[in-house]
Amino acid sequence: MQRMGLIFRSKATKALDRAEDPRETLDYSYTKQRELLVKVRRGVADVATSRKRVELQRTQLEQQGDKLHGQAQKALAAGREDLAREALTRRSALQQQIADLQTQESSLQAEEEKLTLASQRLQAKVEAFRTKKETLKATYTAAEAQTKIGEAFSGISEEMSDVGLAVERAEDKTAQMQARAGAVDELLASGALDDVTASPNSDIDRELAALSAGTDVDSELESLKAQLGTGERQAIEGGTDSGATTPASQPDEQPEGRGGTA
Amino acid sequence: MIIRIMGEGQFELPDADVGALNALDEQVERAVESRDDNAFAAAFAQLLERVRGHGTALADDALVDSDLVLPPSDASVDEVARLLGDEGLIPG
Repeated sequence: MQRMGLIFRSKATKALDRAEDPRETLDYSYTKQRELLVKVRRGVADVATSRKRVELQRTQLEQQGDKLHGQAQKALAAGREDLAREALTRRSALQQQIADLQTQESSLQAEEEKLTLASQRLQAKVEAFRTKKETLKATYTAAEAQTKIGEAFSGISEEMSDVGLAVERAEDKTAQMQARAGAVDELLASGALDDVTASPNSDIDRELAALSAGTDVDSELESLKAQLGTGERQAIEGGTDSGATTPASQPDEQPEGRGGTA
Repeated sequence: MIIRIMGEGQFELPDADVGALNALDEQVERAVESRDDNAFAAAFAQLLERVRGHGTALADDALVDSDLVLPPSDASVDEVARLLGDEGLIPG
């Protein structure tokens, strides 16, 4: 083979020489293969768990973002542009975090798919190895032992190294993401994010609540006045019949209290 | 010729591809030596693409040793440099 700098040459397995009965090596390796298979599957499950955790966090942050958007709308409707601006500013900060979580999510998704395929490949190879191993043991003669058993290992050791490394890499990645997810969780739990966003006690909410309480009173007052006015007018109208300026149409527009946004 | 891309599996390639792969490999090697992230990413991606594009994936239950082994597609230039410094990727 020509010289290749980056590309690594696969090496033949040469671990068998010392076993008293080489057939034991086959069984031992098969046990190791099964162990690795379990490890890969656990790896897939771990990555999936991490992905779901990140997904949940993203959903939570998105809900908070939506809420801030709603608050901005309310604030603007109430003529409080300053509050609306504050809500939108906080929302945009959240959005960066959401984007970051999305990146993590798709990276974990890709990792999960890769490991799932790796586990399928390994499983197929372990199964093929088992068949080969049983055949070899049944027809075993000491004379052909070393070579035959050496051949039996072709492909499987390489696959195990590959999968072993893949699992390690996945574990590293998951650990990194867990740490970051942990930071977001802490942030959510500490209330630092709550202050900024969704808590009913957040300052934006408080101000909006105060504002809408004010408008509620105002609008109720207005509608009371309107009712009263109608009554008076009806009484007056009964007497004078000077219906030119029809203020009676106003009460229809008033009950929503929109008029009182002073 | 059978080539493994770590994390992806094994591919069978016509021997005629060795020349082209060698050329790509040299680019990758140079990029690794100069620790040039961008050049490395581009050349390495090309090399892997060549293997995937020209190769046929081996069946999952095939038990064959590879002639060559390539690092995983998301390997960084530092990782590859470290692997190059080692004896090889696949422990004997």
